[in-house]
Amino acid sequence: MARRLPYLAQKTVRGHKQDTMRKIAIYGKGGIGKSTTTQNTVAGLAEMGRKVMVVGCDPKADSTRLLLGGLSQKTVLDTLRAEGEDVELEDIRKTGFHGVICVESGGPEPGVGCAGRGIITSINLLEQLGAYAEKLDYAFYDVLGDVVCGGFAMPIREGKAQEIYIVVSGEMMAMYAANNICKGIVKFAEAGGVRLGGLICNSRKVDFELEMIEAFAEQLGTQMIHFVPRDNMVQKAEINRKTVIEFEPEHPQAGEYRTLAKKIEENKMHVVPKPMSTDDLEKLLIKHGLAG
Amino acid sequence: MLLRHTPKEITERSALTINPAKTCQPIGAMYAALGIHGCLPHSHGSQGCCAYHRSALTRHYKEPVMAATSSFTEGASVFGGQANLVQAIDNIFTIYEPEVIAVHTTCLSETIGDDIPQITRKAEADGKIPEGKYVIHVNTPSYVGTHVTGFANMTKAMVDYFAESTGHKIDQINIVPGYVEPSDMEEIKRIAAMMGVRVVMFPDTSKVLNRPQTGKYEMFPEGGVTVEALKTTGDSLATIGLGRLASGPAAQALDTKCNVPCEILDLPIGFKATDRFVDTLRKTLGITVPDIINNERGQLLDIITDMHQYFYGKKVALAGDPDHLIAMTEFLVSIDMWPIHIVTGTSGKKFESRIREITKDSPYPINVKAPGDMFLLHQWIKNEPVDLLMGNTYMKYIARDEDIPLIRMGFPILDRIGHSYFPIVGYRGGMRLLEKILDAILDRQDRDAPEESFELVM
Repeated sequence: MARRLPYLAQKTVRGHKQDTMRKIAIYGKGGIGKSTTTQNTVAGLAEMGRKVMVVGCDPKADSTRLLLGGLSQKTVLDTLRAEGEDVELEDIRKTGFHGVICVESGGPEPGVGCAGRGIITSINLLEQLGAYAEKLDYAFYDVLGDVVCGGFAMPIREGKAQEIYIVVSGEMMAMYAANNICKGIVKFAEAGGVRLGGLICNSRKVDFELEMIEAFAEQLGTQMIHFVPRDNMVQKAEINRKTVIEFEPEHPQAGEYRTLAKKIEENKMHVVPKPMSTDDLEKLLIKHGLAG
Repeated sequence: MLLRHTPKEITERSALTINPAKTCQPIGAMYAALGIHGCLPHSHGSQGCCAYHRSALTRHYKEPVMAATSSFTEGASVFGGQANLVQAIDNIFTIYEPEVIAVHTTCLSETIGDDIPQITRKAEADGKIPEGKYVIHVNTPSYVGTHVTGFANMTKAMVDYFAESTGHKIDQINIVPGYVEPSDMEEIKRIAAMMGVRVVMFPDTSKVLNRPQTGKYEMFPEGGVTVEALKTTGDSLATIGLGRLASGPAAQALDTKCNVPCEILDLPIGFKATDRFVDTLRKTLGITVPDIINNERGQLLDIITDMHQYFYGKKVALAGDPDHLIAMTEFLVSIDMWPIHIVTGTSGKKFESRIREITKDSPYPINVKAPGDMFLLHQWIKNEPVDLLMGNTYMKYIARDEDIPLIRMGFPILDRIGHSYFPIVGYRGGMRLLEKILDAILDRQDRDAPEESFELVM
């Protein structure tokens, strides 16, 4: 609410809030484990006492399931459709594990409508409602597989996510997708402040995976921020609608996610990536993978 | 009987609008952009949108309205409009040399998700924006809001792009005039000038869309707020926003960005609202109201008292934009007329409650809907007839079918002139409104009076 005119000379100077929130977008090939990794990492950050909001930007609306203990979230777009333009902030967000604020954009069912526009609408609405005005340490955007149209780039536009992490594995198509996403980042980095924070390797137990992703990261001019080993505990926690940190806090896999959370918290390496040509990418695969 | 299918019985509609009391966002954005001196509006989308918006404004103002377009084709829709916009910026600055290009989006560019700031920075990096020239932008998807929203958003963009605070206050105040006619903007400036107040008005379409015929075409006429003046708005003492919906966002943005305190008032239409506007100027600057303004006020009051018997108890149906309707309803109630059916196409949470508060002493039940349409208004009229209609040109269909006099007010007016030259704001504007109301009511009385009561003196 704007101040009213001071008829007398004195006027109060409004203190300007310091914007210390880190806004992070997670991208990666479909099915690579973005949502799982994001939620487990967020659980780690929340455990450290950080105030986090997770914004799921996927029409499937499953980006906050583990934090909320099930798919109980009414999406922003469903709410918009049902309530018209009079949406309240409380209608569209829920609080999950350790106070994490969860929002799902939602979107149309497969094959109809425009999911990209859905993300634009939903993020605009969140801004209008002041979802970002509150004191938060982190906002995470969990974005659908590939950046297929302008809408899916919404989270990395100016003033939105400044930091991107790409979830990748040693499989060729995952690396191919990661390289493509880097091309998108370059385009937005030219104009705005968005930077790549690193690759998160979500292991598929591919041969020489660690070395390959490290080499890949080096080629891109970034880092592999963490190597998350494959462990069935993740599946087990998932079927129980929980993050590993919540389901089995003492399990080594929970420790891996805590480490990743800590590394992200301390990460200072933010770069404009240098995407590879397809030829170079294939050479790298042959050198570290197939030929190895 | 053009609207012969309008039934008297009102049935609930959930998804259908008939004869909307609104038009789309880019029209408002384009109109606001024309209120910047030397500005060429640019429509980022396919050609048809731009052609329609230009023609709608041209028909209303009877002035050539210029605007450029990104001319999207199938290719641009698939690959994004970056190449088109960068090329357009290059062409526009090379050929037409405006000071500012004000880009607004359309449904298509919004849906494919073009990021305008990213594209303009690309144009800048490629050297397409000459030194000292500007490209500003606003997002105006037509499936959100109305022309009022578009106006409000473009006006806010002026603050976002230009307002600066240097820390040195300037002895001036900002006035955001609302979505009103060039003549109204002129009148608001005249009132401020009579009070000795230095004003930066933005946008300001006077001397842009009500130009004299000089025989010489100027693409960028002398009117409009300059970029230099817009930059100083951040150092002004205060901002007055007239009309909550159209001017509120810009006034509040100046407060947030540059700490310029603001007061948001109703449009100064009619007696009370003009009083509040003049009084706000008086209090803000600690000045006395000059006699010349008191005289105008007295003249308005004189007409009201002289002719009160003809106003008294007349029922009115209104359609238009919320800011206009609130002020107009208050004015009508203040002269003992009864606005009973009121619709706007623009949704606003506070609109309905405000109208109910203004009309709370009405002897009739009040029908008000936001967003509603003219079909519903017509149905209400069929159920509870009125003596007078007020609204835009589209109301003439209802006027003809129901044989009710219509006073044209608001946007668009496509079939009469005057709105560009004669204001409806301020005390003088109030006098003009009363003249129009009396003409309509008394002409009707003369037409319908039986011979034995046909009056010479009224």
